Amino acid sequence: MGDFHNPEADLDRFRFRSGFAAIAVLLAFSLLLGRFVWLQVIQHDFYQTRAEDNRIALIPIVPNRGVITDRNGTVLARNYSAFTLEITPSRVPDLEVAIDELAAIIDIQPKDRKRFKRLMDEAKNFESIPIRTRLTDAEVAKFAAQRYRFPGIEVKARLFRQYPLGTVASHAIGYIGRITDRDLKWIEEAEQQAMFKGTDHIGKTGLEQHYEFELHGQTGYEEVEIDAGGHALRSLKRIPPVSGNNLALTLDAKLQEITEQAFGDRKGSLVAIEPSTGGILALVSNPTYDPNLFVDGITPDNWKELNEHPSKPMVNRAINGAYPPGSTFKPFMALAALEMGKRTPSQAISDPGFYNFGNHQFRDDKKGGHGIVDMYKSIVHSCDTYYYMLANDMGIDNIAKFMGQLGLGQRTGVDLGKDEYGESKGVLPSQEWKRQRFKKPEQQKWYAGETISIGIGQGYNAYTPIQLAQATATIANNGVMFRPHIVHHIIDTKTGQKRLIERQPIRDLNLRPENVEVIRRAMVGVNKEGTGARAFAGAPYEAAGKTGTAQVFSLKGAQYKEGGVKKELRDHALFIAFAPANNPKIALAVLVENGGFGAQSAAPIARMVIDYYLLGKLPAGAAPEDSAAVEEEVE
Amino acid sequence: MIDVVGTLRRGWQQLIAHIDFPLFCITLAIMAIGLATVHSATFDGNQRVLSQAGNMGVAMIIMWFVSRLPPQKLMSFAIPLYVLGLVLLVAVFLFGIKINGARRWLSLGFTRIQPSEIMKIAMPLMLAWYFQKYEATLRFKHYVVAALLLIVPFALIAKQPDLGTALLVGAAGFYVIFFAGLPWKIIIGMIVVGASAAPFIWGMLHDYQQKRILTLIDPTTDPLGSGYHIIQATIAIGSGGAIGKGYLNGTQTHLEFIPEKHTDFIFAVFSEEWGLMGNLVLLFLYTMLIGRGLMIASAAPTLFSRLLAGAITLGFFTYAFINMGMVSGILPVVGVPLPFMSYGGTALVTLFLGIGMLMSIHTHRMLVKK
Repeated sequence: MGDFHNPEADLDRFRFRSGFAAIAVLLAFSLLLGRFVWLQVIQHDFYQTRAEDNRIALIPIVPNRGVITDRNGTVLARNYSAFTLEITPSRVPDLEVAIDELAAIIDIQPKDRKRFKRLMDEAKNFESIPIRTRLTDAEVAKFAAQRYRFPGIEVKARLFRQYPLGTVASHAIGYIGRITDRDLKWIEEAEQQAMFKGTDHIGKTGLEQHYEFELHGQTGYEEVEIDAGGHALRSLKRIPPVSGNNLALTLDAKLQEITEQAFGDRKGSLVAIEPSTGGILALVSNPTYDPNLFVDGITPDNWKELNEHPSKPMVNRAINGAYPPGSTFKPFMALAALEMGKRTPSQAISDPGFYNFGNHQFRDDKKGGHGIVDMYKSIVHSCDTYYYMLANDMGIDNIAKFMGQLGLGQRTGVDLGKDEYGESKGVLPSQEWKRQRFKKPEQQKWYAGETISIGIGQGYNAYTPIQLAQATATIANNGVMFRPHIVHHIIDTKTGQKRLIERQPIRDLNLRPENVEVIRRAMVGVNKEGTGARAFAGAPYEAAGKTGTAQVFSLKGAQYKEGGVKKELRDHALFIAFAPANNPKIALAVLVENGGFGAQSAAPIARMVIDYYLLGKLPAGAAPEDSAAVEEEVE
Repeated sequence: MIDVVGTLRRGWQQLIAHIDFPLFCITLAIMAIGLATVHSATFDGNQRVLSQAGNMGVAMIIMWFVSRLPPQKLMSFAIPLYVLGLVLLVAVFLFGIKINGARRWLSLGFTRIQPSEIMKIAMPLMLAWYFQKYEATLRFKHYVVAALLLIVPFALIAKQPDLGTALLVGAAGFYVIFFAGLPWKIIIGMIVVGASAAPFIWGMLHDYQQKRILTLIDPTTDPLGSGYHIIQATIAIGSGGAIGKGYLNGTQTHLEFIPEKHTDFIFAVFSEEWGLMGNLVLLFLYTMLIGRGLMIASAAPTLFSRLLAGAITLGFFTYAFINMGMVSGILPVVGVPLPFMSYGGTALVTLFLGIGMLMSIHTHRMLVKK
């Protein structure tokens, strides 16, 4: 780095450094050579023996997957054995030719070829890949006779997953599918690689995914001596696999089926919970899909159909759909007011049919108002004005604090999907929430006017059906809250022991019994003389309930007219209920997307479900839409 | 009368005017061994052998074109290629496709490309150009700038993470700086600092990278997991012995115990079947290749061509050393192919771009002198 430049010196330096590099290269290669001498001469005998030992291969034996049954022992997921025709691509010189020849003796459809191609792209070269599944006995015999013509192709007995009830409870059970790179990562993170040796299917959603490591079982091994061509000569040792554990659910398959039928072709969700345990009795998301489609690898056409259908059958609305609760929010608001001392049951207001705040008028559904309204009447007749005022008196953060205690706007931790993040949180609005949700400072500020519509379950409020069901069950259970769960117990196949899923309460809200009683009476009133009375007419039990209607879009002051609005823009109908009111055995939340008013399409479904669960009464078909209820509600 | 023979001869001489025969013969020899080994490794059918032969054809045509470009022309590619590589690397960082936890590819819709591959060539070109430009006024600050030019792409590639490629790119750049005269004091200082920074670098590595290094020290801790590759490859080499098990007779290979046997682990296949004897031949060929490259570098007339030739040559060495080192279990498994042997078109094209440049530098030196 002198101040003047000397090309000769530069060249000399370069040549010196080249020489240095050459010596370094020689040294490095000598190091390698030393390593080779060490391995190939000095340690040769040792590695020679190891290579001989390598002729013993460990072949994994895949265990039977656990069976899933409902609370009465009805099988929801099981396995059956069937023959598949499988190709090991690395041992077949020309795949196209081989498959063409195969097609001459066994029926191979274009869809089979397509699936084979897809699986081959995903798989390792030395794995065997099914070209046909579920061979008939005749086909097995035909192939066996010609086997010698097809090296690298063989018939294998494999277990297939089957969901006997088809579409029933598909969102709860989930399904299994081929292991993908994403699943592999999950397996690696859980350090379960050894368990999945030889396994090619894994739970993709629902219980199948959540309880994957229970259902899978322990993989067994067979030590096999193989010849130089890689063919198995004889079995040396066999460690049998241990079947996966069975799941017994709290779910009632019949109730589930009836509920799904009650929905008919309406979109929506219902979650029914046993309030004293948190056990889920029914978890419906309509429309559903047939999980059996996924078992052999779903065809691209079916996948497209399911994924791109406008009614989104693959979405589990019960845990992933967040909806404004509408007026079903009112009993929770009333309870919060009592607990916080903001209202007494008898304190009444005079409702003119609207509530003025600043220069904005918040309107009640009923023109001219409900007259004198106390807490009981506010719930029974669903008076908006009462809750506009109440919300303003309580303030957003008090509301958020109480509703948060009830589990609204939080993941319930239900045992569906891989982890809790399969579930949506919904939105529990508060000042803090708004600060975090929005970026611009002017959007981050909470305006007092925004609190008003929160009071009637509109505004930013958005909860999942399972959250509403859990909150309803918590009130039914006098403030003792449980985590909703679908599995009742796990049966260990090795020991036969039953492991109960924890049913310790997660929280006691310490509600005052007299306050809960006020709400309970008012909710019973809803079904006797209020908005739910038509749906529950003649019920031989006392049911507590509350209707709700959630606006899908704002009408901007225009009068809501049923026929004038497109179906997709109709309001969502909601209903929450528990029964019998004095000793609740079932609590539920129903949501019907674009169902109009709660009393119109949600309450009749709830009636059917409770009728069956308490009385064993079987319905005739889908729940009717009660259009008379509409007139009554807008009166 | 038209002199047919004479025309043909002149045409032929034109055609081969820029081919350096020692280099060409050595690479042909290594590639022949490679093809035979790919055949043994894949055994069923000759699909891969044929496709690899095709790759070689394409790569050699590219070499032929590059060898005809004068070094002056090569120099003009330095900045555009480097900038392109850098932009693509940043694009990978921002919206690359993630496969197996690594973000290395850019999707072009119909295909996907791995921009770090461009850097293997662009890095030595760029740095050689840079030192040539400041040849007369070289100061310490130029080494600092050169180091920055090196570190940015290196960090982007290491971050993907792709430690193997990052090492190759980093090494190629370092060789240029070394040949340009980086003071020994600094080199020794770097070694000292590097050694004392090792614990920190360890902390920055990804879990799987740490695991690879740990299993290298004791592969038996994870015999079915990440130690598997190393154990099986070592068994293959060791059981090969002095003269090998014979062509197509490697049990480790044919019983599917060696993973990625026609790509990164092809050396295990070769070594099992040809033993120490084969390894000596292969090491000899690589030594010849590197020796010829260093000769070309020392005879090169300009600083640019010296630096470029030196860096490319030592780049071949780095490929070969890291690959054989990892397969025989003295270096961590970082996913570097064995030059001219491993199956794969992209690596071959990159390698032959290098060979073409060496040939260009060597065969154009007379013209410069004139």
